[in-house]
Amino acid sequence: MLEIKNLHANINGKEILKGVNLTVKPGEVHAIMGPNGAGKSTLSSVLAGNPAFGVTEGEVTFNGKNLLAMPPEQRSWEGIFLGFQYPVEIPGVSMVNFMRAAVNEHRKYKGEEPISASDFLRLMREKREVVELDNKLANRSVNEGFSGGEKKRNEIFQMAMLEPKLAILDETDSGLDIDALRIVSEGVNKLKSEDNATIVITHYQRLLDYIKPEFIHVLYKGKIVKSGGPELALELEERGYDWIKKELGE
Amino acid sequence: MALYFYNMENILDDVTKSDYKYGFVTDIETDVIQKGLNEDVIRLISSKKEEPEWLLEYRLKAYKYWLTLDVPTWAHLTIPPIDFQEISYYAAPKKKEGPKSMDEVDPELVKTFNKLGIPLEEQMMLSGMAVDAVMDSVSVKTTFKEKLAELGIIFCSFSEAVKDYPDLVKKYLGSVVPYRDNYYAALNTAVFSDGSFVYIPKGVRCPMELSTYFRINAANTGQFERTLIVADDDSYVSYLEGCTAPMRDENQLHAAIVEIYLHDRAEVKYSTVQNWYPGDKEGKGGIYNFVTKRALCKGDFSKISWTQVETGSAVTWKYPSCILAGDNSIGEFYSVAVTNNYQQADTGTKMIHLGRNTKSTIVSKGISAGKSQNSYRGLVKVAAKAENSRNYTQCDSLLLSSECGAHTFPLMDIGNSSSIIEHEATTSKISESQIFYCNQRGIPTEEAVSLIVNGYAKEVVNKLPMEFAVEAQKLLSISLEGSVG
Repeated sequence: MLEIKNLHANINGKEILKGVNLTVKPGEVHAIMGPNGAGKSTLSSVLAGNPAFGVTEGEVTFNGKNLLAMPPEQRSWEGIFLGFQYPVEIPGVSMVNFMRAAVNEHRKYKGEEPISASDFLRLMREKREVVELDNKLANRSVNEGFSGGEKKRNEIFQMAMLEPKLAILDETDSGLDIDALRIVSEGVNKLKSEDNATIVITHYQRLLDYIKPEFIHVLYKGKIVKSGGPELALELEERGYDWIKKELGE
Repeated sequence: MALYFYNMENILDDVTKSDYKYGFVTDIETDVIQKGLNEDVIRLISSKKEEPEWLLEYRLKAYKYWLTLDVPTWAHLTIPPIDFQEISYYAAPKKKEGPKSMDEVDPELVKTFNKLGIPLEEQMMLSGMAVDAVMDSVSVKTTFKEKLAELGIIFCSFSEAVKDYPDLVKKYLGSVVPYRDNYYAALNTAVFSDGSFVYIPKGVRCPMELSTYFRINAANTGQFERTLIVADDDSYVSYLEGCTAPMRDENQLHAAIVEIYLHDRAEVKYSTVQNWYPGDKEGKGGIYNFVTKRALCKGDFSKISWTQVETGSAVTWKYPSCILAGDNSIGEFYSVAVTNNYQQADTGTKMIHLGRNTKSTIVSKGISAGKSQNSYRGLVKVAAKAENSRNYTQCDSLLLSSECGAHTFPLMDIGNSSSIIEHEATTSKISESQIFYCNQRGIPTEEAVSLIVNGYAKEVVNKLPMEFAVEAQKLLSISLEGSVG
């Protein structure tokens, strides 16, 4: 589904990713862990097509297509979803209008007619329940005045609405209390299927108690330096990242 | 290796280079008089319109006063000198006789309205609106007049009003905007061609939105509309004004006057969607729009509400104002002004509090893109005897490019200590992170800008009557297709 080969990327001329390789197949859940500044968020931004980052080398194919050649909206239509670490507020634009615009753009790409008002409201209601999102939030402006937990739940709600093939969740656990963490994780688990894949980017083991990835990768200094099964996450939780640095001879 | 670099400035360019979508010229024979302005021209206009002597005298007085004035230069606008002798001051569509039904209306004219998305017949049948469609300077079609007449409501062209209701016209013409008010008011009074007249009798609530679609249509013809609305005691009316104009190379001058006179407890809502040709992306052509709009809340407890969505014209000079003379009278001004490319807008309002316990609200939303200049200019004046008055002003600017300008010139002149005045102002820019967030959800940049702009303008657009609000939203999107930087 997703194949990243030797990906190099920079921001403002500073190289952050220095040759990332990663393969993700349908039905898989991957976790990317690593210390601060390792390039975790850069990787998610580059995959989503954030214009602030420049790609200098490497290839990314998504279902056989050249992902790096697509503008960000097309990546979304092709099925890539990024759950933002810091969801941005858009004053004046209601969640309802925002989601309807997004859903209809996705339908247009597939050659489908815009969704009817009643179908859309039904879909909203159904998907809201996945993350126990209050009806009132749907009528408020996008993320405006949302608490940290509400913003993250809102991200998962949008993911439920758009049914992506590949969801990249960037530090979705940061700033969540234990209840919100449970709701968000359960939401992600409910949306999991054999056809879609998830990349969870996180600092801590905590989230991985709920979302159980089969593959753990450690990103360090712009490269994936270690990959393994769930036991790797537990080891990291116990021993921190220093032993990895030692293993690398630092 | 294919790399994708997303360039905001390029997107901006694409957006701001969209062409005017209503550019076309209707092929209708027009009766145009010689260019230039002098007493003979004014006499000719007056005689073509078969006006009474007092009106001709009034025009001539205004003309003589106009000659003593200089073009005002205080606005934040850069305008090349206008040669007032190079303009023809009268143009009327040639027709054998006035049409008595839709069948008799020139098919070309009907086609024009259809192109604008304003099918007159449908409007008549479906929306229940009365349309006084003004083509160039002479009213071509007035509808629903009979229905309104049953209620004693007068809604007709200004020329008809002069013929049929001379006493009313004589009593109120110039009572809110005297010809001595300003340069363009004097010019309009001297040469005004036609416009609309509305009278709502005592105690009558007008059951439908009164609507006039203006359209400037003859090359090089100045357009001098005159609108007079009189709302008698305890009456109510909602009036809509909307306009588009065909593409032109020459600059077209437009200097209209709108006067509204409100008696005790009368309420008037005046809504405008203005989409005249703004010039091309290099700033060539476009309408010059110098308008004097004012309402006099003469009666106690009267209320005037101005709502405007301004997206067109190369130059806009416009300050719909409220004179709150009656005690407890209320004035409101809700405005969205969009400028793109080389457009310039200097717009705002004046709230003059003269009566006690008078209230005013100003919500102004400026949206600037391209290389345009967008200014808000406002005056809140509270007279000494206007005790316990209140004003709330909210003045927001949204910038869509790094080359545009947003300016605010608020002036407050408060003459007593019992009044409360509030002023809030914000300036914001659509951020790249907002755009990227939308993009990531599958919303392309152009649509994202449209979504955000419509969200920003919602507070004002929602004040428009339903049919107009939809049109205004479309306009906002069209005028700004793609601009972010």
